[in-house]
Amino acid sequence: MSGRPERIVIDSVTKQFMLRHTRAVKEIVVKSFQGRRAELSEQFTALAEVNLRVSEGEAVALLGRNGSGKSTLLKLISGVMAPDQGQVAVRGNIAGLIDVGAGFHPDLTGRENVFLNGAILGMSEAKIKREFDRIVAFSEIEEFIDTEVKFYSSGMFLRLAFAVAVHTDPDIFLVDEILAVGDEPFQHKCLARIGELREEGKCLVIVSHDLDLVARLTDRAVLLERGRIVHDGAVAEALRRLREPES
Amino acid sequence: MSPAELADGFRTPGEGGGLRQVLRQRYLLRLLVRKELRARYHGSALGMLWSYIKPAVQFGVFYFVIGVFFKMTSTVDNYAVYLFSGIVVMNFFSEAFGNATRSITGNWALVKKIYLPRELFPVASVLVSFTHFVPQVAVLLVGCIATGWRPSVWHLLAGVGGFVVLAGFALGLGLIFGALNVVFRDFENVVDLILMIATWASPVIYTWTAVQASLGDGALWWLYQSNPLTNVVEIFHWTFWHPTTDGAVSLPDGMLLFVGIATLVSTVILAIGQLVFRRFDGRFAQEL
Repeated sequence: MSGRPERIVIDSVTKQFMLRHTRAVKEIVVKSFQGRRAELSEQFTALAEVNLRVSEGEAVALLGRNGSGKSTLLKLISGVMAPDQGQVAVRGNIAGLIDVGAGFHPDLTGRENVFLNGAILGMSEAKIKREFDRIVAFSEIEEFIDTEVKFYSSGMFLRLAFAVAVHTDPDIFLVDEILAVGDEPFQHKCLARIGELREEGKCLVIVSHDLDLVARLTDRAVLLERGRIVHDGAVAEALRRLREPES
Repeated sequence: MSPAELADGFRTPGEGGGLRQVLRQRYLLRLLVRKELRARYHGSALGMLWSYIKPAVQFGVFYFVIGVFFKMTSTVDNYAVYLFSGIVVMNFFSEAFGNATRSITGNWALVKKIYLPRELFPVASVLVSFTHFVPQVAVLLVGCIATGWRPSVWHLLAGVGGFVVLAGFALGLGLIFGALNVVFRDFENVVDLILMIATWASPVIYTWTAVQASLGDGALWWLYQSNPLTNVVEIFHWTFWHPTTDGAVSLPDGMLLFVGIATLVSTVILAIGQLVFRRFDGRFAQEL
């Protein structure tokens, strides 16, 4: 860990989900009479006693198999969800590519969506106006910028969403499995931009299943298994453990 | 968790400042309202014109059935303006409350993925309803002026004040039911029921004198009069309709007291709305 000031502090965080199998009164009444109340819901521990600290200028990859708690951890950092126990604290503003174009509206044009998304990610009107040309140039979809987004291909969609997100100038940048889309040249451009952000002292948290890509972006990997951190350190070691067959 | 435990400069992500935070994000709010309006009228030939057509038809139905067939026009002086000043209140309330209730579930993609002060969505719904309310009031004013409306400053101030109470009441209820609707979708049906009753539970098509004649002036009358909607409707009657009549019909006795109660109820509902919403806010992303 570097000696630079911390940006994200996660202290013994636990997150459980209640999986309700039904909300229908009829079923609840029937099952209760049959003494099968337990079948109505299930507790699922997504994260257990997780501790993590990320500093300025650091890039961390969250690795793990499906359902290991990576995305939940990312959602706790972004504030979309709150932990059941423990504490999450962040310093600075956060932007994320949690899901491509969650804030995009299909009936609006690319231009309108840039403004809407920029504002959703916390940019001021003046800042979006200032960055607008750079955002469009980065996305390389100038000729479609006044077309409604529903006519975009998924690649164009991703380009615009990513372009907006990387221009928000956040202190903490969260990336969840989005680099898989987009063509090769655009991917390179994104990686270059992520590298720049890191050099500028931003803090990056990346969730990806693309292990080669992770190896290029970060040198610190956090490996999660069933909601617990089982490795925090060199990427190579994490990759080795991930690639070996499940014991 | 108390913020005191946090080290200097740190904050808990996702801990918004409630409705006050929304005021600080006016630009985003404006874009959300615009998005909502664009989405609503997308691919529509008549667009915003629908916000004139619907109340016009509603007005026509009530006017002919209640006014002409049931002869309200001969009992109530200038019944058209009387009726329409109540209709605009109810339309705003129905749309604001109904859409605010559906605003969190309707914006699930955003709520699940990106943190925003979630109060933005119900507030945006109320503002969208306001954009539909304004043209209706404009039509109402034309009717008022055509029938010799000469309001004093007090009439106008009362109208504005009445609207503030109305908007607060709709937003407060919208926050409560919007949050509950995330957990149980039944609540949007409950709201539809409430809205179905609301128009008939206030003196929109009839007059308060008929209510008092049936209920007397006991507890039931007080209950009827404590409804903020009833009071806002009466305020709108006073603002828009009363100055067009010969003044023969007066307001219910103790109107000022009832307006005070209504303002209090509306404020309390707004406060409860904020509390309930805050309480459920942390669960939105996982329940959707």
